[in-house]
Amino acid sequence: MKILSIYDFSNLTQAIHTWLSGKMSVVSTQVVEMILVGTVFLLFFAVLGLVLVYAERKVCAIIQVRLGPMRVGKWGTAQTLADFIKLVFKEPLITRDADKFLFNLAPFIIIIASFMAVAVMPFAKGLQAMDFDIGLFYISAVSSIGVTSILVAGWASNSKYSLIGAIRSGAQILSYELSAGLSLLTIVILTGSLQLSEIVESQADGWWIWKGHVSSIIAFVIFIIAGTAETNRGPFDMAEAESELTAGFHTEYSGIKFAFFFLAEYVNMFIIAAIGATVFFGGWMPLHVGNFEAFNNIMDYIPSVVWFFMKVSAIIFLMMWFRWTFPRLRIDQLLTLEWKYLLPLSLMNILLMAFLSLMGWHF
Amino acid sequence: MNEVTEYFSDIFKGVRSLLKGMSVTGYYFLHPKEIITQQYPENRDVLKVPERFRGELVMPHTADNQHRCTGCSACQLACPNGSIIIVSDRVETPEGKKKKVIDKHVYNLAMCTFCNLCVRACPTDAIVMSNDFEHATYDRGELIKILNQPGSKVLEGIEE
Repeated sequence: MKILSIYDFSNLTQAIHTWLSGKMSVVSTQVVEMILVGTVFLLFFAVLGLVLVYAERKVCAIIQVRLGPMRVGKWGTAQTLADFIKLVFKEPLITRDADKFLFNLAPFIIIIASFMAVAVMPFAKGLQAMDFDIGLFYISAVSSIGVTSILVAGWASNSKYSLIGAIRSGAQILSYELSAGLSLLTIVILTGSLQLSEIVESQADGWWIWKGHVSSIIAFVIFIIAGTAETNRGPFDMAEAESELTAGFHTEYSGIKFAFFFLAEYVNMFIIAAIGATVFFGGWMPLHVGNFEAFNNIMDYIPSVVWFFMKVSAIIFLMMWFRWTFPRLRIDQLLTLEWKYLLPLSLMNILLMAFLSLMGWHF
Repeated sequence: MNEVTEYFSDIFKGVRSLLKGMSVTGYYFLHPKEIITQQYPENRDVLKVPERFRGELVMPHTADNQHRCTGCSACQLACPNGSIIIVSDRVETPEGKKKKVIDKHVYNLAMCTFCNLCVRACPTDAIVMSNDFEHATYDRGELIKILNQPGSKVLEGIEE
């Protein structure tokens, strides 16, 4: 645990805070800090979007025995940047008789929802913009704001494809929110806290996926299924089923507004993976195996940020693997899966976990 | 089987079939050597075109300029687009009989859909699909090709 302290970011953030407080009043310190954090997240989102889109295209290509983007830059690394520049220069079209105000508002709602969710993410020890007592609850609350944007976008577009896509997406996200929440609650039984930093700290001697054994694994599987559904990604991409709805709720969007929706999809994927990594795989906690002191010490030398991003990318890869393997579900199959299988299973699982925790049968 | 066991066995069967699918895609992800994409203009010298690829219709000729086409028009009849026209001629054989021989095998590449029906219809295997696929030209007229080379003759003994 001693070694961990060199990678503790709270010293850095504290130093910035003290320096700013010495220069200006309390209120302006707050404002400047907010602007700083916002800028950092804005840059982070941009980089995240570029990297994840590239990664998705490469993973998809290799799974489909293709090469993927290869022309722009070495191994096509600059491809997403080129696509982004193209999107920025495109004309933002609006359909006739569309509700202009809502049409323009929708992309911002979805981006703001992702911004709010990422604010409580513990990237490393002390590297967390906000540390609410009810962090996990807050995340599941704000991440469901995104569906409002999809509904608004579908309604305001004045297009039947958009509307059908939006309605489907509404039904889907409302349903899957339940099992996502319940599977997270399963772990909360063990942690006894909703605060994300505390959830991470509670895994110092082992990750919950290991400590909660059977029940944790079921919870993780349910969480990853529900999480994939919540981000509207394949095999649950009913909202934009290309073959039936052209592009679903963002059919009528173009240019930078389309880019916002596109970016939000990938940021939401990151958020789901980050929650999964934090709750089930110990967030930024290094891998510790029992009493192997030497091994544990070596693991401690890897910075916590690296651990966090390693776990997140592993889960993101899993989600990409799903997307490019499974065929899309029909809307009734989608709702059957949630209401007849995932929800009863997660309710049973939460009971099982309560029992395990009551008997002390977890590690 | 009662309903409860059916419910759970459904879940296990579902999970098993999903894992099976993931193992297939996982195999391809871990074996990038399986990738079949070719970086075309760069690898022009080492380009590997599959043997059965249908690039264009050709009529192979022997070294002494002989082909196997008797001018029977079977390919012309088989072609669904009418992209083959056989222009035949009548010549007098040494025995004094009139005999049908091919004058021009006109093949319009622009209209061809590479369905291979002409190759299958040919009774003497005179025409085959080649692998050559770089057909871009500046003039549409260049796409109308005469397959038998000038001065070529039909191979002896094909017609019997």
